[in-house]
Amino acid sequence: MTLAIERGVAEASSTEPKPSKKIGVPKEIAAGERRVAATPATVKKLQKLGFDVLVEHSAGEDANFDDASYQAVGCEIVPTATDLWEKSDIVLKVQPPQDHPNGQHEADLLGAGKSLISFIWPAQNQALVERLSNQQATVLAMDAIPRISRAQKMDALSSMANIAGYRAVIEAANQFGRFFTGQITAAGKVPPAKVLVIGAGVAGLAAIGAAKSLGAIVRAFDTRPVVKEQVESLGAEFLELTFEEDGTGQGGYAKTMSPEFIAAEMELFAQQAKDVDIIITTALIPGKKAPLLITQETAELMKPGSVIVDMAAEQGGNCAVTKPGEVYAHHGVTVVGITDFPSRMASQASQLYGTNLCHLLSDMGGSDDYKVDFEDEAVRGALITHAGEVTWPAPRPEQPPQPAAAKAAPTEAIAPTADLSKDAKNSASPALQSLVKWVGIAAAASLFLTIGLTAPASFLSHFTVFILACFVGWQVIWNVSPSLHTPLMSVTNAISGIIIIGGLLQLEGLSATSVLGAIAILVGTINISGGFLVTQRMLKMFRK
Amino acid sequence: MTNNLVTLAYITAIVLFILSLGGLSNQETAKRGNLYGIVGMVLAISATAFSAGLTNYVALVGVLVPGVVIGALMASRVEMTAMPELVAMLHSFVGLAAVLVGVGNYLQPEAALVGAEETIHLLEIYIGVFIGAVTFTGSVVAFGKLKAIISSKPLTLPGRHLLNIGLLVGTVALGVVFMGAAGTAGLPALLGMCGLAGLLGIHLVAAIGGADMPVVISMLNSYSGWAAAAAGFMLSNDLLIVTGALVGSSGAILSIIMCRAMNRSFLSVILGGFGNAPAAKGGSSAPGGEATSTTAAETVELLTQANSVIITPGYGMAVAQAQHAVADITKILRDRGTQVRFGIHPVAGRLPGHMNVLLAEANVPYDIVLEMDEINEDFSETDVVLVIGANDTVNPSALEDPTSPIAGMPVLEVWQAQNVVVMKRSLSVGYAGVDNPLFYKENTQMLFGDAKANVSAILAEMQKSKVPAMASA
Repeated sequence: MTLAIERGVAEASSTEPKPSKKIGVPKEIAAGERRVAATPATVKKLQKLGFDVLVEHSAGEDANFDDASYQAVGCEIVPTATDLWEKSDIVLKVQPPQDHPNGQHEADLLGAGKSLISFIWPAQNQALVERLSNQQATVLAMDAIPRISRAQKMDALSSMANIAGYRAVIEAANQFGRFFTGQITAAGKVPPAKVLVIGAGVAGLAAIGAAKSLGAIVRAFDTRPVVKEQVESLGAEFLELTFEEDGTGQGGYAKTMSPEFIAAEMELFAQQAKDVDIIITTALIPGKKAPLLITQETAELMKPGSVIVDMAAEQGGNCAVTKPGEVYAHHGVTVVGITDFPSRMASQASQLYGTNLCHLLSDMGGSDDYKVDFEDEAVRGALITHAGEVTWPAPRPEQPPQPAAAKAAPTEAIAPTADLSKDAKNSASPALQSLVKWVGIAAAASLFLTIGLTAPASFLSHFTVFILACFVGWQVIWNVSPSLHTPLMSVTNAISGIIIIGGLLQLEGLSATSVLGAIAILVGTINISGGFLVTQRMLKMFRK
Repeated sequence: MTNNLVTLAYITAIVLFILSLGGLSNQETAKRGNLYGIVGMVLAISATAFSAGLTNYVALVGVLVPGVVIGALMASRVEMTAMPELVAMLHSFVGLAAVLVGVGNYLQPEAALVGAEETIHLLEIYIGVFIGAVTFTGSVVAFGKLKAIISSKPLTLPGRHLLNIGLLVGTVALGVVFMGAAGTAGLPALLGMCGLAGLLGIHLVAAIGGADMPVVISMLNSYSGWAAAAAGFMLSNDLLIVTGALVGSSGAILSIIMCRAMNRSFLSVILGGFGNAPAAKGGSSAPGGEATSTTAAETVELLTQANSVIITPGYGMAVAQAQHAVADITKILRDRGTQVRFGIHPVAGRLPGHMNVLLAEANVPYDIVLEMDEINEDFSETDVVLVIGANDTVNPSALEDPTSPIAGMPVLEVWQAQNVVVMKRSLSVGYAGVDNPLFYKENTQMLFGDAKANVSAILAEMQKSKVPAMASA
């Protein structure tokens, strides 16, 4: 072992052009797991990041990616798992390491200094975490990626939840004996199915979208009022309790609610159960057993032929009668307790999961700059073990004070510069500006007074025309379409060439005046013909 | 031709001019409107030419014909991207003509005028020449800035407001001298004032930064109108007064629209100096993080998967002449059934409505080119936004950061979309000198490089992928 480490270190430091890191994709061994951690499409992205990709024989078979399709994009196919783990620097998996059918445990296959990225569920698998840390390897858990906006593209929980939500509707439709969409046929009228989705997280929203697009009437409930808008944007009705309590917890999840709230909630569900045909529950609270939302009584209130899909079955279930992993009928209501929704859409799930992995690896620097950066919030959050130490859970970034502090610092930094720029912007001080304004008003008033007192009648008639024309212009121009502002400028340009009439009136005899007039006519005419013609040219171009 | 007939012709011309501007309210009537304008102009000029006073037709034709020819040549040759320059140049001509007509008029005293009438007449000449001279030199400087002969950075001389005030005081002082002079003896004062006004025009425009050019151009447009109106007063010609007033208010309205679009007062734009602010550099980059860069191929992938795309072009598209390639991309996407629209900020480009003209030139249908207010709400339902050569007009700090120099300016809220691809040369600041947090947003990807090169690369990529699609169809 130690020898291997030394060799690894020596290799890394001595070779100048770094050899590409090798990524290994083993076949998933968990029972019923059909997904794979890389598809031919995501392999291409990994190669772009500089990695070489090794794939175990038949790794993608259950997700409909055969060995040939991996070979086609330049992957090396490795016959056995042992070989693959041996050869790769970074292993990408879906399920946490477990006992391999060949007798070894996957954790033991992970050599020192190597990396493993997969789902780990460290809270539930303490022993595994211990075992992994003893391997002196780096392990990142895709389920521990923090839910911050920057890490969204690596958030495998969300991408899997999205698939699960969709699949839940499909499974419900499979068990449900009627159309989702309402129809009026020659054989009679079919009412649309009514679907209630409880919990409008990623999975819930995906379920709402899928049910809605199948034509069902969809209602949704969530303890977090903020999701109302999202629910409604998908065309579903958001059910509300008259009870006031905000269930928004940390990291976008919900928190546990007060007993009064839960009672009101149960009452609502019982009412809805009598009316709806399908209930899909997705309520999870992190680190706790899933909340019980549908009691046995509520389930029995449903019409025969109704379906309950309990997406929280693995975490104990939202429904009292759920049997995890099973589909069975309870008092005529089909209860779906399937726990492997994403795996049932292995091809799609592998593609999205693989892409999440690509983003994580890209964030970690690709092949050439691959490193574990403790400063990177996303990587730090996901890091379970590193160099023999258990690094999970990551120190919680002190949420509330930090944004305030972060905000305060830049504000301070901005303050002086902002003042500066403000100065530059209004370099005429407010006092000067208002002075200018008042001087303007005073000037206008005295001008009018002077005109009224002294101006001859002929001037006043012109003045009347002038003021009227200003108002006509004002009215007409506001109607001009903003897209035609450039033609407006060029046409007003042309029209203001009318000034050559002044020149025309002076074009008599040969005097300084007539010469000046002639030049005025020349430039004015350029204006007129240029302005009108270029306007015409522009307007011709506008077409639908 | 009798005086009455001339007056009637003038009235007809006035009506036609108003119809011409009214026609611009939408694209269908705009062409007819322009024809009205041409007819009105021909009518007005011929009526004047055949009126009793004029006999020197040789000289008239001698200057009219070259003028028309030069104008026509300019109009047919100008690149649409160079429209701001052309417009600025045409403004300067109006200013020049106003000065020439004013001075000429002064040199040809009308004996009939006495007392108050004479005073008013002199005042009209003086004001007309003043506005004309400011318009002339201001437009020349604007032209230079747009052509990049002169740096588009604002010129901020120490005590520049005092300088402006000094020039105005000098103008008034010379005005007193001018009014007091008998006959044509006031000519030196008039010409001296021309010089001062010219300096004022130069200084006013030189102090205004590149991003404020739309306001400057509209303002000069307005001035050129007022110059014509002043000439109308001095010649007692209602046609000139009305036309000048129409043009003047048109320019004023455009200036107001532009100022509103930048959330700035007209006065602060005119007084200039914006855009040189050392600006909250450290501060506004606080949103921090890294900008994600992308490639043309990845952008194509995004576009191919998108159902709705909004393109927000800015001056960068005009500079790079990328509008044709953009239009081709639009066409390919639309043929595939993708919804493509354009979002235009009122001050995008260097001229009001500049982007619309460029897109129209490239045959983008005008009904998918929308104004900021029409499209801002739709960004949240848009898959991909392509920002081509725009910066300040898509800067979220205008809304999010109250200390930002551009705080409160209405902007295109592109960051609401699923994905934003920003095509830009670098992460550098825009004309307002403000860092753009958009570049560091999670859903933003930067496609660095020349806009034209990038857009062409995207187009080429799309055409490649288009071939098999067509073959299978």
